[in-house]
Amino acid sequence: MSSNEPERIAAVNEYAPKEVAELDLYQKREKIYTRSIEGFFQRIRLFTGWPLLVGYFFLPWTQWHGHQTVLFDLPARKFYIFDLVFWPQDLVLLAWTLIIAAFALFFFTSLFGRIWCGYSCPLTVWTSIFMWMEQKAEGSRNQRIKLDQVPWSTEKVLRKTAKHAMWVGFAFLTGFTFIGYFTPITDLTFDFFTGNADLTVYGWIGLFAFMTYLNAGWLREQVCLYMCPYARFQAAMFDSDTLTVTYDQLRGEPRGARRVNEGEKPKNLGDCIDCMLCVQVCPTGIDIRDGLQYECINCALCVDACNAVMEKVGYAPNLIAYSSESRVEGKPFHWLRLRTVGYGSVLLIMCALFIGALVLRETTDLKILRERNALYQLRNGNIENVYTIKIGNRDRNSHQYTLSVDEKNMVIIGETAVRVESGEELSIPVRLSLPVSAWRRRNFDVKFSACLADTAERSHCINQESRFTGPLQ
Amino acid sequence: MSSFWSAWIIILTTIVLVGLVWVLFGNRTRSGNPDSTTGHVYDGIEEYDNPMPAWWFYMFVLSIIFGVAYLIFYPGMGNYRGVLGWTQNMEWQQENAKMDEKISTALAPYAAMSIEDLAKDEKAMRIGQRLFASNCALCHGADAGGTKGFPNLRDSDWLYGDSPEKIVESIALGRKGVMPPWKSVLTETQIDDVTAWLTTADASKKPAAGAQVFATYCAACHNPDAKGNQAMGAPNLTDDVWLYGGEIGDIKFTIHNGRNGQMPAHEHLLIPEKIHLLAAFVYSLSATNQEGTSQTAQQ
Repeated sequence: MSSNEPERIAAVNEYAPKEVAELDLYQKREKIYTRSIEGFFQRIRLFTGWPLLVGYFFLPWTQWHGHQTVLFDLPARKFYIFDLVFWPQDLVLLAWTLIIAAFALFFFTSLFGRIWCGYSCPLTVWTSIFMWMEQKAEGSRNQRIKLDQVPWSTEKVLRKTAKHAMWVGFAFLTGFTFIGYFTPITDLTFDFFTGNADLTVYGWIGLFAFMTYLNAGWLREQVCLYMCPYARFQAAMFDSDTLTVTYDQLRGEPRGARRVNEGEKPKNLGDCIDCMLCVQVCPTGIDIRDGLQYECINCALCVDACNAVMEKVGYAPNLIAYSSESRVEGKPFHWLRLRTVGYGSVLLIMCALFIGALVLRETTDLKILRERNALYQLRNGNIENVYTIKIGNRDRNSHQYTLSVDEKNMVIIGETAVRVESGEELSIPVRLSLPVSAWRRRNFDVKFSACLADTAERSHCINQESRFTGPLQ
Repeated sequence: MSSFWSAWIIILTTIVLVGLVWVLFGNRTRSGNPDSTTGHVYDGIEEYDNPMPAWWFYMFVLSIIFGVAYLIFYPGMGNYRGVLGWTQNMEWQQENAKMDEKISTALAPYAAMSIEDLAKDEKAMRIGQRLFASNCALCHGADAGGTKGFPNLRDSDWLYGDSPEKIVESIALGRKGVMPPWKSVLTETQIDDVTAWLTTADASKKPAAGAQVFATYCAACHNPDAKGNQAMGAPNLTDDVWLYGGEIGDIKFTIHNGRNGQMPAHEHLLIPEKIHLLAAFVYSLSATNQEGTSQTAQQ
């Protein structure tokens, strides 16, 4: 045993990184100047980012059957999403939506790694836009680095002001639109600009605008690195076949600069020409050649950068590519794995159940509240119980309902035919009266039915039981 | 709070505040060890002597300033009431007043209408029903049908009358229905007689002894014809409606022990607009005011 000891230590040393710098816990953030790049994956990012952005900004301005297409009306406790109207009772559906979203995330992460982070995360999308603005105002990467180094001048002030003005403007639009999902946006626009909106509205818009400005303008990758929990538990969904942005070390190393003569490779060097472009384009400021890192958001900017360079020097593409642990090791790739099949089937089952629950959802709510004072009353030879019946109509149309009970000797004293407007909940106090002669000396459940009386083709009843009590001897 | 507990809280709060300031500022500077560690070693792990980040430090400073200001402006230091004189009760009252003002404006159009007209206004009656559910239903029942000791508001028997003015008066000023106990005045036989007289439907079979007791002791309030007196809330004893039960035992109990019915005054609890609307709702319930359209009873 002890004779092997020195060898083992040598082996460990061999794999240790070449430069080990001591990290200061209070390290200042080094500003990342990303180089803009074009390529196949950037076009995909454009196609995933734009619809989300356009959807976000224009959806609140559209109307759907007389209400804002998507409106989360908190004071009225009603959520409108296209044809669907959700009441607080439907909270469980919201919970399921979130659970399904989480499982969809797990499923796609186990297949493609953190594509959510790289393509669809609002922070990524908004940061891209802020970076684009930055570039319009301050120029390319090198110009920006230079601009930050030179002393303050009129031009620097102008360029910086222009950038922040654009950022603040876009952040305001973002915050304003966000609040527009909670207050009808046309009223909001009018009230906001005439100064009539509620103080809280200004506060919330200000807060969301400020947070957008802060997150997409200043914090950027720090949100992913230090705040986002998802960045930290992604590894739990990875397996050896998960696609991640990977640098082909076997092919690339040893890296080194070279004179490029077409078709001829220096024998002592790998394919990586050490141009550092992959580092310069990285929005989280890492070197992908160091291997899979928790900072990597799988955005493939470095893939595009490297492929462009490889094409220029005449090497084969995909030195950096979406690859997997097993692919790098030369093993075959499998689509069907425990994780993908597991997450996938759970996702499918949940989606099916959810859609079922949504389609079969009752649009009428029937609630029976027993009177809270006397359990029963004896009056003129009858046993009487009082109830408050609540009929809620979640449908888009108003409906006529007929109330009935399943006891043939029982009389309902009170309104039995009511019209409930769309989105209204009506309370109807009624008194059930049972002749003492029909009383069987034990309490029993009465079935109340509220039947839609206006639609002949949909003679549909909602039932609810409640207790009828009387004297027991 | 007694002055001991007041002082106790003040002293504890001050100690905690001062202690926090001391801990915060005491850790502000490095101890000056040459190797910039604290000198603490655990299992060979040394602890760096780094100060708290500035943003964090200033956030604590701000919190302390906030805390001190809070204790100056608001009640927190024992019995000290704070510069603003704020109390929970006051805030609640202010919120209530604000809400009442809002509701008063919203109900103003209804307040201008007469109670008779309001009773025919479907929307007003929906609001009235809600007001009834939150303010009256606890005693009178959700459907206003009443229960033992609490009058039914849907029938035609009214203790104090069902004219608009009388209903408003009942709600706003409340009512006190007092029936004195008779067990020390009347003998058991007299009570039996008058009960028999009251519960015998057939006029020819009514016992004469009971009639005499009624005329002597009861007629002053309940009227000689026993049809009651709405001016003082004495119930009509000739109908089928018995507030405290119509069984012979119930009636005898009432005569023995008397009854104390109380309807609380609502003029300080509800704004006039609400009382007006409630009165209209109650008016609409009354069987005598429903002009032939009596309660809908359906199978």
